[in-house]
Amino acid sequence: MHFAVSDFILDLLQNSVEAGASLIQLSVVAKNGTLSCSIGDNGKGMDEKTLARVRDPFFTDGVKHKRRKVGLGIPFLLQAVEQAGGASSLSSTVGVGTLLEFSFPADHVDTPPLGDLAGTVLQAMCFDSGYELVFSRVDEPRGLSYEISRSELRAAVGDFTDAGAYALAREFLESQES
Amino acid sequence: MAKMTLDQLRKLREETKGDMARRETEGKEIQVVVGMGTCGIAAGSKAAFDAIMKTVDLLKLSDKVIIRQTGCMGLCHVEPTVEVIMPGMPATIYGKVNAATAEEIVRKHIVEKKMLDGHIYDRPAIDIVKK
Repeated sequence: MHFAVSDFILDLLQNSVEAGASLIQLSVVAKNGTLSCSIGDNGKGMDEKTLARVRDPFFTDGVKHKRRKVGLGIPFLLQAVEQAGGASSLSSTVGVGTLLEFSFPADHVDTPPLGDLAGTVLQAMCFDSGYELVFSRVDEPRGLSYEISRSELRAAVGDFTDAGAYALAREFLESQES
Repeated sequence: MAKMTLDQLRKLREETKGDMARRETEGKEIQVVVGMGTCGIAAGSKAAFDAIMKTVDLLKLSDKVIIRQTGCMGLCHVEPTVEVIMPGMPATIYGKVNAATAEEIVRKHIVEKKMLDGHIYDRPAIDIVKK
């Protein structure tokens, strides 16, 4: 099970990258005592049958690992959301994309900590593939509101596989959270 | 910390990069790949990834090293996993890599070209790994 909300986000964004999305939109909004996250992509999508089965921890498409019988990304999230009395929804259309939304009550004892959001977003921008990731963030109690995209960051520092570029991009994202 | 603008970020990058710009694509022969599947994330691969980035930056190796992340490498039982591919060394997958071990991988494996005992899980073959 993942420790922080950020870990769930990184895991789920990777699904979008692996679904061949060219555009992924992530939003993380803290408002009115609720932390709401949404991940939308224009990847290959899933049909209704698959969509129903991804909730099952013993289901995977078997593409990456032939004999594997587990797929824990989404089940982990659903379990955490349920434990904390949050909400989630998952919708998808083949050939169009997938939208996953979930929320946690900010004050529930079982709500995971947010974790290292800046590092997570940067890492989600580091996968080997030519996709765009747009991150929008609002934190009302802390007066935060900003939007940043993978292409903007890469235009500023270059490829993130370079440790120097990565360090500066991280500093930039952390400063947005302050 | 004051909020940085994209312009400030660009300038900062230009300053620190200096004449290394031309080397951005050439000559990077060392590849480090961090497993970042569900299993890796749950085991703390983010800390390993950050530690590698930090150490490579600190030792000013970024003109030689490319750091990538991938999904699960199939070694879920010993996550976090880190694969190092470089000339003069066998391609190696290290397992159970926390932040401290990650730093050691950069300092020992990459810089000193010595493998780390106790963390090798694949390549070279299991029969030549010291128990």
